[in-house]
Amino acid sequence: MPGKLKVKIVAGRHLPVMDRASDLTDAFVEVKFGNTTFKTDVYLKSLNPQWNSEWFKFEVDDEDLQDEPLQITVLDHDTYSANDAIGKVYIDIDPLLYSEAATVISGWFPIYDTIHGIRGEINVVVKVDLFNDLNRFRQSSCGVKFFCTTSIPKCYRAVIIHGFVEELVVNEDPEYQWIDRIRTPRASNEARQRLISLMSGELQRKIGLKVLEMRGNAVVGYLQCFDLEGESGLVVRAIGTACTLDKLSSPAAFLPACNSPSKEMKESPLVHPPSHGCRSTHNSPIHTATGSRLTQNFSVSVPTLIYTGMGSGSAGKEGGPFKALLRQQTQSALEQREFPFFTLTAFPPGFLVHVGGVVSARSVKLLDRIHNPDEPETRDAWWAEIRQEIKSHAKALGCHAVVGYSESTSICEEVCILSASGTAAVLNPRFLQDGTVEGCLEQRLEENLPAGCGFCHIPYDELNMPFPAHLTYCYNCRKQKVPDVLFTTIDLPMDAAVIGKGCLIQARLCRLKKKAQAEANATAISNLLPFMEYEVHTQLMNKLKLKGMNALFGLRIQISVGENMLMGLASATGVYLAALPTPGGIQIAGKTPNDGSYEQHISHMQKKINDTIAKNKELYEINPPEICEEIIGSPIPEPRQRSRLLRSQSESSDEVTELDLSHGKKDAFVLEIDDTDAMEDVHSLLTDVPPPSGFYSCNTEIMPGINNWTSEIQMFTSVRVIRLSSLNLTNQALNKNFNDLCENLLKSLYFKLRSMIPCCLCHVNFTVSLPEDELIQVTVTAVAITFDKNQALQTTKTHAEKSLQRASTDNEELLQFPLELCSDSLPSHPFPPAKEHLESASSNSGIPAAQRATSVDYSSFADKCSSWIELIKLKAQTIRRGSIKTTVTVEKASPVGEGNFRNRSAPPCANSTVGVVRMTPLSFIPGAKITKYLGIINMFFIRETTSLREEGGVSGFLHAFIAEVFAMVRAHVAALGGNAVVSYIMKQCVFMENPNKNQAQCLINVSGDAVVFVRESELEVVSTQQPAATCQPSCTGGEVTT
Amino acid sequence: MTSELDIFVGNTTLIDEDVYRLWLDGYSVSDAVALRVRSGILEQTGATAAVLQSDTMDHYRTFQMLERLLHAPPKLLHQLIFQIPPSRQALLIERYYAFDEAFVREVLGKKLSKGTKKDLDDISTKTGITLKSCRRQFDNFKRVFKVVEEMRGSLVDNIQQHFLLSDRLARDYAAIVFFANNRFETGKKKLQYLSFGDFAFCAELMIQNWTLGAVGEAPTDPDPQADDMDMDLDKEFLQDLKELKVLVADKDLLDLHKSLVCTALRGKLGVFSEMEANFKNLSRGLVNVAAKLTHNKDVRDLFVDLVEKFVEPCRSDHWPLNDVRLFLNQYSASVHSLDGFRHQALWDRYMGTLRGCLLRLCHD
Repeated sequence: MPGKLKVKIVAGRHLPVMDRASDLTDAFVEVKFGNTTFKTDVYLKSLNPQWNSEWFKFEVDDEDLQDEPLQITVLDHDTYSANDAIGKVYIDIDPLLYSEAATVISGWFPIYDTIHGIRGEINVVVKVDLFNDLNRFRQSSCGVKFFCTTSIPKCYRAVIIHGFVEELVVNEDPEYQWIDRIRTPRASNEARQRLISLMSGELQRKIGLKVLEMRGNAVVGYLQCFDLEGESGLVVRAIGTACTLDKLSSPAAFLPACNSPSKEMKESPLVHPPSHGCRSTHNSPIHTATGSRLTQNFSVSVPTLIYTGMGSGSAGKEGGPFKALLRQQTQSALEQREFPFFTLTAFPPGFLVHVGGVVSARSVKLLDRIHNPDEPETRDAWWAEIRQEIKSHAKALGCHAVVGYSESTSICEEVCILSASGTAAVLNPRFLQDGTVEGCLEQRLEENLPAGCGFCHIPYDELNMPFPAHLTYCYNCRKQKVPDVLFTTIDLPMDAAVIGKGCLIQARLCRLKKKAQAEANATAISNLLPFMEYEVHTQLMNKLKLKGMNALFGLRIQISVGENMLMGLASATGVYLAALPTPGGIQIAGKTPNDGSYEQHISHMQKKINDTIAKNKELYEINPPEICEEIIGSPIPEPRQRSRLLRSQSESSDEVTELDLSHGKKDAFVLEIDDTDAMEDVHSLLTDVPPPSGFYSCNTEIMPGINNWTSEIQMFTSVRVIRLSSLNLTNQALNKNFNDLCENLLKSLYFKLRSMIPCCLCHVNFTVSLPEDELIQVTVTAVAITFDKNQALQTTKTHAEKSLQRASTDNEELLQFPLELCSDSLPSHPFPPAKEHLESASSNSGIPAAQRATSVDYSSFADKCSSWIELIKLKAQTIRRGSIKTTVTVEKASPVGEGNFRNRSAPPCANSTVGVVRMTPLSFIPGAKITKYLGIINMFFIRETTSLREEGGVSGFLHAFIAEVFAMVRAHVAALGGNAVVSYIMKQCVFMENPNKNQAQCLINVSGDAVVFVRESELEVVSTQQPAATCQPSCTGGEVTT
Repeated sequence: MTSELDIFVGNTTLIDEDVYRLWLDGYSVSDAVALRVRSGILEQTGATAAVLQSDTMDHYRTFQMLERLLHAPPKLLHQLIFQIPPSRQALLIERYYAFDEAFVREVLGKKLSKGTKKDLDDISTKTGITLKSCRRQFDNFKRVFKVVEEMRGSLVDNIQQHFLLSDRLARDYAAIVFFANNRFETGKKKLQYLSFGDFAFCAELMIQNWTLGAVGEAPTDPDPQADDMDMDLDKEFLQDLKELKVLVADKDLLDLHKSLVCTALRGKLGVFSEMEANFKNLSRGLVNVAAKLTHNKDVRDLFVDLVEKFVEPCRSDHWPLNDVRLFLNQYSASVHSLDGFRHQALWDRYMGTLRGCLLRLCHD
């Protein structure tokens, strides 16, 4: 009996009138946990009852504490008939089970009824006394912390990142049980809510056990999902990354939880002179597989698609042996794991060594009717299969690990598409093991990690490439090979050298399919999938080129299945990576060259495309430095770039033709217009309207190129459903409708948020579903953050400053630290920031006149200098000449000033009243510091109505419901003592309507991390580090206190 | 392709002031969209009409959901569903309870009943204010009336406390409630020249001096809250006013009063001769108004009577406002020198208020 749960019901307010005669209510409360129920007295005739109950005490196992939610029911007492329920509150007491989080839950909770929505509020106090349990074979996993955040949480440090944890539990869906025919919709909804609450508690406990087995103490990037499989049941599944986290003791030092490369160097006795070389290699293909294994011995095989658009080249010579060593190390670290997957999207510096490209796998399954809740093996096996596939794809790319990993499903009737995707990567073993890495290797590792471009270098052997790729020498370090395009599912590494700003890029696609049953349906879907993947990829590639960019981050491809169509929606954030080559333009080629007017039309189109590219380059400030061809080394010639379909070994030999994807020839990305379809494609390329001026958007945590966020944030959810006219639907019309839907939605968002300009929509998360035959539903959740326009103009400068800041603080903290550090961090930066630095350094009065003169000289020389290498050496020299002290003052001076200015110019916080809870899908709050994580918020709600018209139709109904969900999330966070939810995500929003019956139902599942944050302006010390650190959630290379 | 569902929900509820105004003014969504288009917003933002339509719909829906809370503003402050910064909450409430001058003039002093509500169509056509807006304003009046009707304490304070209105608006509502409660006639043609502000000014004076609450404010009262009712005129006071009749009924007293006033004002008044000629009529008028106030019907006609008996005669003789002031001051003060008159306090309570009202009513 290791726990005592104590609950006190204080008061209620704004209760609904339950007695028409008196216009009042005789309310009382039932408090239930497990099988024990307590009741308060009836408070007669009041809409604001004051119960002030005793403490209700539940003595329970900690296993139950984890699984069960506390259930509070408010009822209206009725002497003659049954008591009427007013509504319920479910409280997840998990946050009280680990010591660092909340100690008490106390506050006003909305009383929720699945039919009437929120009906007043109730004030509750909950406490838990937990006794130490020494039982080694316990079933509970109290104390394991859970985070939805997909990076190491702000006030923690990652000691070890253990790896992938997953679990799923299954049950019958109460909505489909026989009893549902005789019970009320309310009873059925409540049964469902309770069951899901119970299941997610159980799931979390089981995952926690796995983490304890791995000797971890936390799960980061925890993602829990529900599959409503209808008659075949309800699946709750979760994935996450097990970690051992250390709480950072000193809150004053706002430090991301990770070791910086410089730290490593300090620790080691031998400090090598920094090398500017890049010793390993990397690439960026998309590696996709579409598998389909059906139950009932029915199997359809679909070819595995590996596509990329690159040529091949020769290896960087120095890299060879080292790479092998590194690989060996990592391999041994990862081999113990069944799946070397990580749900993280941002990493401690040095963790991510190389990125291979996107790997994804899909599989079409038929849901089986027979169901045994205690044996979820089939579902387990399905996912195991997919993960195995992902693993092998990653291996094919020369990677041992998959990062930014996620899983999803799309269900329509009995067909289910399982999808998994991630980014193949090579990781630094240091974080994966506990003290097994010898210092020597670590040393080499550090010096081989050029900041800003290292992750772009191809991880696979050039001579033994899994696919044809187009490689060039890295434009940053010139030593290693890089692909011409890089696709990833992770956030942009904070140290990546980026030119200009990023933007949201979406590929949208619909495909009609015949209505069919069971196997035939599954087969049809399986056959369509590879083509969809291919087209989505082509669209992404075209749009990326049109933007003049060369890399995609945060790529998320969603394929949804409906009765008569499939939808594909890919979102990603395009950026221009300084390390990758400048993308070539798009060239249009006609099929009938003899036709004069046709020719003219083509050239007109070509001109339009070229104009668009030029405009985009200007819009996103993409001005890569001019570099002489000789120095870069010309791209390795490759006769024909193409992607092809490969057959994965596991698949049976279906007839698959090689598809000519014609991607990638550096300067001629040819679009052949051979039919109207292609024409449409080109048109659709040009229909995407850029956001109005002052707006930027991305689907990653932060917008590349903007660092100076101000504190105003606005999180929102927008939902649209359109009905397609059922008459003669064609793929083209569908595509147009879908495209318009998404574009109009974005336009509406820009319009609505116009008062926030200049601002950026971050973490734009689109979800598409097909709730019914002719309905398309798109749900968007994002956060709009304002930023300071004046500072935004100097993005490159701030970038340089930030890293210098880092260096300078290091220096300050450890004065014995050698000079080399500074020169180390500098050369790794691309040309423009370095130059900026020189200028700012030279103009500062802190430098003696003579030295200043030299600096100026050098920088002006640097201006003209076209050779990259030379420039780097030059800079290193400059810095060495100046004394380290000078550098420190120089670098400290400017950020402080800027910080102060920012604080002054920031609008006074209008929302200072108690009770304001901010919500954001990001892992950080701009202009503020997270001081405490209070626990995970994971809530599931059902709302149903039988008076749809009266509630304002479908829009009114859903609008109210979403507002209520926000309110309930905020109330729970406030009760935990928090003032914000970070990493908020609406994982599900299933909406069903029946207008003829005047009915509608909606299910919403949300999650996030409840936190306490403190405004930077409220902190006494304005650390120079903070603004940068908060803007870069993936953590700048701050110093870890020892 | 038709949009079945289209919503936007922010963690902080977005309030567009312009759209709020259109909504309050009772425009339908399509009218509001048309008006917004005309305002040139499309050109400014580069948005399309469809975007504007969707945006307007969304705001209207939000306002509809907020309306329930606006009916009891303290609820808006404590509710959890909409996260709205305090300054915005205040704006929402203030604007919701604001009313149109033209409208309030139509219903001021009328019983806030279903019957009046039925006449709102006519008021709408007459004033050009949409019926929807008329209904909102009418319902606001009625709601405030219902809530403070049975309450003790200062009317303005009660309104402020229960509706969180600004001081100014709370005072206006106090006047509206006071007028509705006493059913003062304000709609007669001869009263048309008076603005709501004129009436509100009089209402405030009357609340301060002629109600039960006014008595309660006397420092001698041991329990000021006991009978502090601001809504109703002090019945006892009205009854006592009959005693003033002696001022005109007793011929000697009237003559003495006249001579006192005339002596004091001789040479100071531009309209002295007119005043002298009219004195008895004016005095009779003012005193008779007081004496009649025991009957509800005459209370209702108070303003009609004042205008008929005092304002119109002055106006026909072209009294300058300053002369009116001098006259009224002297007229009230001289009574203190009438030895045979015993109701000095009563006279002051009556005339003090009336003097203020009359001065306000004397304009074109």
